[in-house]
Amino acid sequence: MTALGALIRRDVRIALRVGGGALIGVLFFLTVVVLMPFAVGPDLNLLSRLGPAILWLGALLASLLTLDRLFMADHDDGSLDLITMSRTPLELACAAKALAHWLAAGLPLIVATPVLGLLLNLDMVATGAVALTLLAGTPALTFTGMIGAALAVTLHRGGLLMAVLVLPLSIPVLIFGVAASNAVIVGPTPFGAPFSILCALSLVSFVIGPLAAAASLRHGLD
Amino acid sequence: MSLIDLANPSRFLALTARVLPWLAAATVILLALGLYQASLAPDDYQQGATVKIMFIHVPNAWLSMLVWGVMSVASLGTLVWRHPLADVAAKAAAPIGASFTFLALLTGSLWGRPMWGTYWEWDARLTSVLILFLMYLGLMALWRAVEDPSRAARAAAVLTLVGAINLPIIKFSVDWWNTLHQPASVMRMGGSTLDKSFLIPLLVMATAFTLLFLTLHLAAMRNEILRRRVRSLQMMQASRIAFSSEAGTGSRDGSASREIGAT
Amino acid sequence: MSLGPYASFILTSYLAVAAVVAILIVWVVIDHRTQQQRLRELEESGITRRSGKSATDTR
Repeated sequence: MTALGALIRRDVRIALRVGGGALIGVLFFLTVVVLMPFAVGPDLNLLSRLGPAILWLGALLASLLTLDRLFMADHDDGSLDLITMSRTPLELACAAKALAHWLAAGLPLIVATPVLGLLLNLDMVATGAVALTLLAGTPALTFTGMIGAALAVTLHRGGLLMAVLVLPLSIPVLIFGVAASNAVIVGPTPFGAPFSILCALSLVSFVIGPLAAAASLRHGLD
Repeated sequence: MSLIDLANPSRFLALTARVLPWLAAATVILLALGLYQASLAPDDYQQGATVKIMFIHVPNAWLSMLVWGVMSVASLGTLVWRHPLADVAAKAAAPIGASFTFLALLTGSLWGRPMWGTYWEWDARLTSVLILFLMYLGLMALWRAVEDPSRAARAAAVLTLVGAINLPIIKFSVDWWNTLHQPASVMRMGGSTLDKSFLIPLLVMATAFTLLFLTLHLAAMRNEILRRRVRSLQMMQASRIAFSSEAGTGSRDGSASREIGAT
Repeated sequence: MSLGPYASFILTSYLAVAAVVAILIVWVVIDHRTQQQRLRELEESGITRRSGKSATDTR
């Protein structure tokens, strides 16, 4: 447990220091959301209707695009080999790394959501709903995206190919995240059902993500 | 002949050479029979003659899922049992599966045009098949992106298995999303209450298409094995040229060293 | 057999399936020929498999 704790602390510290690049995700998120009114027009009613969808898409892209760094830096300096060979199960180590990545790159997105909600003319309740669904949903994005990151490091290919492979897998999270936010803002449907499914998706990804990433690392690094 | 015996690619090639003509013949016969029966099938009282599209749409849709299942089993073979033919099977299946998925989409859209008035409707089934198609394309891109086949095989195997777990979840989410956005006014494709006059031709066509897939898959696996042989021979050639030029004989005067290497 | 008002859709879908299946078959056959041709060329240039068997022999 202490080994995993140390791993999490180390990753968060690396991500937050100069050159770590975790906060660039927030900047990307901000830029994507600011771009939207230029595409659909500055109509505040329309923007508030599309708000949850825009925020969710922005968060989805921001959290997936920062992900190929997850294993790459460790692979370059050789510490990934140490992690693979250590006595800690690789699955748990992967989960710890993903958790650290989410703390460093995912949480800032959720903190930034209220500010961006203001730009999109979302009221307090709506912003809160979007932030809550993001809080429940972004771990699923990180843990599914980790599979892509592990493939990227074993194949020495990153970027667009990994995004293409991982994005279809994140469709369910997107559907239920936006549905739960919209349920609060407009929908006649209750908030509870899509939100619980969203939480369930996150829990499932906690199992599948580390297992698949560890399998990919174990079979791919040789 | 057991699965272990088939691990030897030469034996597999021998078996393929013996089986392929029979499989192809059976496919042709069943396909002809199915097409004949489909042409005799009556018109649906609601959909008219367009119901004939069902006889090719449903087999393609069925194959789009079956092929992913075959690839998942092959991926297990790659990761768990390290069966040497498993990655060949997985790689050969991907383009064939993608083609069938594309056909399912195309025929579904052509079937939908008279019913919906548009070629594309964000109908739950069509949408999930579209996502499946995207995943096939991603998988093929992954196979093409990596030079070393065994390295690509393991990555593709992980992705195939993750896809196999995720596909039911995606299907469920898309269904849910669909009912949220448009109440059930969309036509139900197929349905469980099929009349016998439709069911029998449909089953024959489905069997024929499954055999078609088996034939194509075996042939593509054979090609893949040959391609790997070419690759390993080319590697041998390259290393021999490098060796002979290093040894001072010069690559132009390579025939002597080649004879030594060939014994 | 009359195909009703939507005959073009039915025919197009059957033709599309036939075309794609034909492309698949042609691809498999041509690929087979290409690989065998390459193996033969490699063997003629003196590169043999470690087992010493002919690589093009599939029986």
